[in-house]
Amino acid sequence: MIRIENVSKTFDNAKAASVDDLSLTIGEGSTVALIGPSGCGKTTTMRMINRLIDPTSGKIFVNDQDVTQADPVQLRRHIGYVIQSVGLFPHLTIGENIAAVPRLLGWSKSKLDSRVDEMLDLVGLDPAEMLKRYPRQLSGGQRQRIGVARALAADPPVLLMDEPFGAIDPIARERLQNEFKAILRRVRKTVVFVTHDLDEAIRLGDRVAIMRSGKIVQHDSPEQILSHPADEFVASFVGVDRAIKRLSLFTVRDVMTSDASEASNADLVHPDVTLKDALAIMIGRGTEALIVGEDDRATGRLTREALLSV
Amino acid sequence: MKWAPKHIPEILLAVWQHLVLSVTSVLIGLVVALMIGVLCARRPKLYAFALTISNVIFVIPSLALFALLIPFLGLGTKPALVGLSSYCLLILLRNIVTGLQGVPADVLDAADGMGYSRWQRLIRIELPLALPMIVSGARIALVTVIGIATVAAFIDGGGLGTIILIGIDQEYPEKILVGGVLTALLAIIFDFAMTQAEKLVTRWR
Amino acid sequence: MLTVAIDWIASHPSEFLRALGQHLLMSGISLGLGLAIALPLAVLILNRTSLAFGVINTVNALRTLPSLAILAVMMPLLGIGLMPSIVALTVLAVPPILLNAYVGLRDVDPDALEAAIGMGMSRRQVLWKVRIPLAAPSMFAGARTAAVQVLAGATLAPFIGGGGLGDFVVTGIGIMDMSRLLVGAVPIAILALGTEFTLGQLQRVLFSERTAS
Repeated sequence: MIRIENVSKTFDNAKAASVDDLSLTIGEGSTVALIGPSGCGKTTTMRMINRLIDPTSGKIFVNDQDVTQADPVQLRRHIGYVIQSVGLFPHLTIGENIAAVPRLLGWSKSKLDSRVDEMLDLVGLDPAEMLKRYPRQLSGGQRQRIGVARALAADPPVLLMDEPFGAIDPIARERLQNEFKAILRRVRKTVVFVTHDLDEAIRLGDRVAIMRSGKIVQHDSPEQILSHPADEFVASFVGVDRAIKRLSLFTVRDVMTSDASEASNADLVHPDVTLKDALAIMIGRGTEALIVGEDDRATGRLTREALLSV
Repeated sequence: MKWAPKHIPEILLAVWQHLVLSVTSVLIGLVVALMIGVLCARRPKLYAFALTISNVIFVIPSLALFALLIPFLGLGTKPALVGLSSYCLLILLRNIVTGLQGVPADVLDAADGMGYSRWQRLIRIELPLALPMIVSGARIALVTVIGIATVAAFIDGGGLGTIILIGIDQEYPEKILVGGVLTALLAIIFDFAMTQAEKLVTRWR
Repeated sequence: MLTVAIDWIASHPSEFLRALGQHLLMSGISLGLGLAIALPLAVLILNRTSLAFGVINTVNALRTLPSLAILAVMMPLLGIGLMPSIVALTVLAVPPILLNAYVGLRDVDPDALEAAIGMGMSRRQVLWKVRIPLAAPSMFAGARTAAVQVLAGATLAPFIGGGGLGDFVVTGIGIMDMSRLLVGAVPIAILALGTEFTLGQLQRVLFSERTAS
């Protein structure tokens, strides 16, 4: 779907390349996180996909089309783009903001109107309330959702996001990330996003590419990166607690035993709780096992042994 | 007030001429300043140069400026229009460029990334966002020009200055006052009207 | 045309220099008077809000009147000649100086004022040692604007017999002699630009150390 082949970028007057002979293939419908320390070239790489930056050498293909040969303006209208500060147009209403790219593409008014309503629904906002408001009247979280709605309005096959949840407060961030994950399950898109937050990368990404000094050091599933870091740099980047982080990739449901014999209704743990949180609960209670269930009905059991051997 | 009530048509004509002269000059100035401003907004050296030239023009006393234009344009409304439009340039250029430079960088990046062409970005995003500043500049320019336009009467440009000059010639104080006060009134009315326009344009703030 | 104009100046030195002298005289005196009136007035209305309201509004209203009208109005009151012109030009000079000085004095950094009062300075000392020095750039900017206004107004002085370089412009238009026109217009322009430039440089020299810190 997206093929980056031997791409390099050296900016004028720069001594070293920002992106150094980078190759990456992103499968259709998958979500890839680009992550790494500041200056590693992750944002530059992403911005070369929609030609906001032109590569010094190498080729990039989106849907087998060489982007370096395409008209940048047309290209960008078919790629969704969300930045950290969102960049909503202050002088346009929310409805007009969302309709921006479809309007550039010449959609009819009725099609525009229904699409805007559809997008607001998708990101969990009430069209009646939001349509005529202006960006300055919205909270940070709402603006972020509108940014996503705006990027998806023209139904692009590809979505690029630069630190999309970076400006949101930590409490709202996890909630928004989970909602975003749910949205992606409904609309099948190829997503490339840049982040410096490892938790975000492993939460949202099907695959994670760790970058350093313009190169990709490891490109793998989150599970693989956490359990088998490629070298010292990746190991220290993901942190000493990677084993615990890895537990957040699994839920109780993955490891529990179905054992409805336990009658106790007290302190049931929901099957969708992550193993990381389950371990924390175990430690907090000082127990070796948890009763799993929902809606006041026990459905199984989770032992510490089973948890730790996932 | 002996003379004024008997010469309303004459006075109204002068007011009309004055208005047409002032408004047209500001409009011409706007068009020119917009073209230069769009070019200069992201080119600091060009901007400094354009600003210096506009400043030079602004400092030259109006009668002298009109006088310098007469050998080329003769007498009448032509040198008046050219002179008055040039006066507006400094105020308008500064406000237009400040307005354009005030568009947040992330809004521009979002527009680029979404697929606006340079021209579309300018027309649909940058200029609308700079509009409050532009209208403010047009207001100041208009009020300033209404004052200076009185001198245009001397080079046959018409307007309320004509009444003032006749008043001086005939040593007729009432005419001087009528001309002066009406000019001041025009300036105040348009200042108010443009302030309302400014408020309309900044609804989204 | 320009060469004819220069020739004329060369062959009529006394006439030219007299006009130049009148022009500089009335401009200089008016500016000086304007400063002498406006600056103390600004200080006076500083802490008297009702008086300030009246004065500021009067000055603002004055600003809307065209310079030509202000000059012309002098005629029935004071006759024609140099003196009424100076009075009119002084009236032109006062608003920019007063407004800039007032705003500059009023909007002095409140932290600096608090520090000064805390140190035990009297009202007078605060005024002279803190407010006025900090408001000086504003005052200077006002004086600069006033200078430009006064020079522009001086150009129109011939209408009430005040003389000055504007005389050549008026004569030139009257007899449709373009070169005579330039004898007036070009020196006026040079004078205006020169003043603006010199004052600009002066402003930079006097007040640049503040921005350095």
